[in-house]
Amino acid sequence: MSESGQGWEEGSPERLYVITGGRSGGSETSTLDLVTLVRARTGPPPGMPPEQAAIVRLCSSPLSVAEISAYLNLPVSVVTVLLTDLLAEKRVEARSPIPPANLPDVALIEAVMHGLEKL
Amino acid sequence: MDLRSSDPLVVAGPRSEDALPETAAAAVKIVIVGGFGVGKTTLVRSVSEIRPLTTEETMTQAGVGVDDTAGVERKTATTVAMDFGRISINRELVLYLFGTPGQQRFWFLWNGLFEGALGAVVLVDTRRLEVSFDVIGRLEERGVPFVVAINTFPEAPPHPVEELRAALDLPEHVPIVHCDARKRDSSRDVLLTLMRYLHSLALSTEAS
Ligand SMILES: Nc1nc2c(ncn2[C@@H]2O[C@H](COP(=O)(O)OP(=O)(O)O)[C@@H](O)[C@H]2O)c(=O)[nH]1
Ligand SMILES: [Mg+2]
Repeated sequence: MSESGQGWEEGSPERLYVITGGRSGGSETSTLDLVTLVRARTGPPPGMPPEQAAIVRLCSSPLSVAEISAYLNLPVSVVTVLLTDLLAEKRVEARSPIPPANLPDVALIEAVMHGLEKL
Repeated sequence: MDLRSSDPLVVAGPRSEDALPETAAAAVKIVIVGGFGVGKTTLVRSVSEIRPLTTEETMTQAGVGVDDTAGVERKTATTVAMDFGRISINRELVLYLFGTPGQQRFWFLWNGLFEGALGAVVLVDTRRLEVSFDVIGRLEERGVPFVVAINTFPEAPPHPVEELRAALDLPEHVPIVHCDARKRDSSRDVLLTLMRYLHSLALSTEAS
């Protein structure tokens, strides 16, 4: 968990600031949702920053943004910034969530109902 | 001085049996909202196929009047944890359940959370209804469809559903159910109540 020797706390603003290069992720309109599924396209190339490389390794099977955040112990906002770069570099692909709507379609609702009934 | 470490970051990912199949193509989410200790984590744990995970968000990200370009050293990293779990609906579709605290000071979390969510479960402890009022009002404002689940703690005096409906000022069509968040079947039934409610809403919208 803790990166010993770095002398800063897991979630400290300093660490987060360095990881994202000072970007907040708030201003860019992100298409990433908490439940967007992310899948790596390639392995991490040599020299990739450790957090990005860790994401690429985690996503050797599809994984949601929320799960990436949990496993990396980084806020979702930070993970979103990193993923935006990885998407632009085509290191990962995003499987978008069902289009947001206040009224999801009937077939989708029925699929979820049937899945839950089988639990 | 270079602050970055070039050592690989060792991260324990999902256990191999928890990995989603390659066919997983899309995911949906349901939000479980309620006061502290009302049983959100318990509910998520009882139905989740994975051990619940925790994701954190920092208060400063919410733009609580913090100037982004001001020195980061002045930001306080107040973080709020959200528990979540997962249910594979079928080979393509995955359902995520997020538990989030209902108190007003945590509403900054709601933007990313409720966007695109199917709906919400308001989990209620009848001994502390106050939080539920605010939550229900806020969900109505946002137009998020929800059901109310009364988590039955043994110490809580029993209340008939209609009494609670009046106390919470809930319209007739909003389902209220009792549950025991510790029990998988009971928690599953709460989720099904929400889905059946959403189904009826979707059908009536289609028809009109
Ligand atoms: N008797 C009873 N206890 C419960 C139930 N659900 C949760 N609890 C207990 O209430 C406490 C708080 O639950 P937790 O899930 O952590 O609440 P949260 O803060 O909403 O996530 C825990 O000690 C649970 O074991 C329930 O349905 N019945
Ligand atoms: Mg909890």
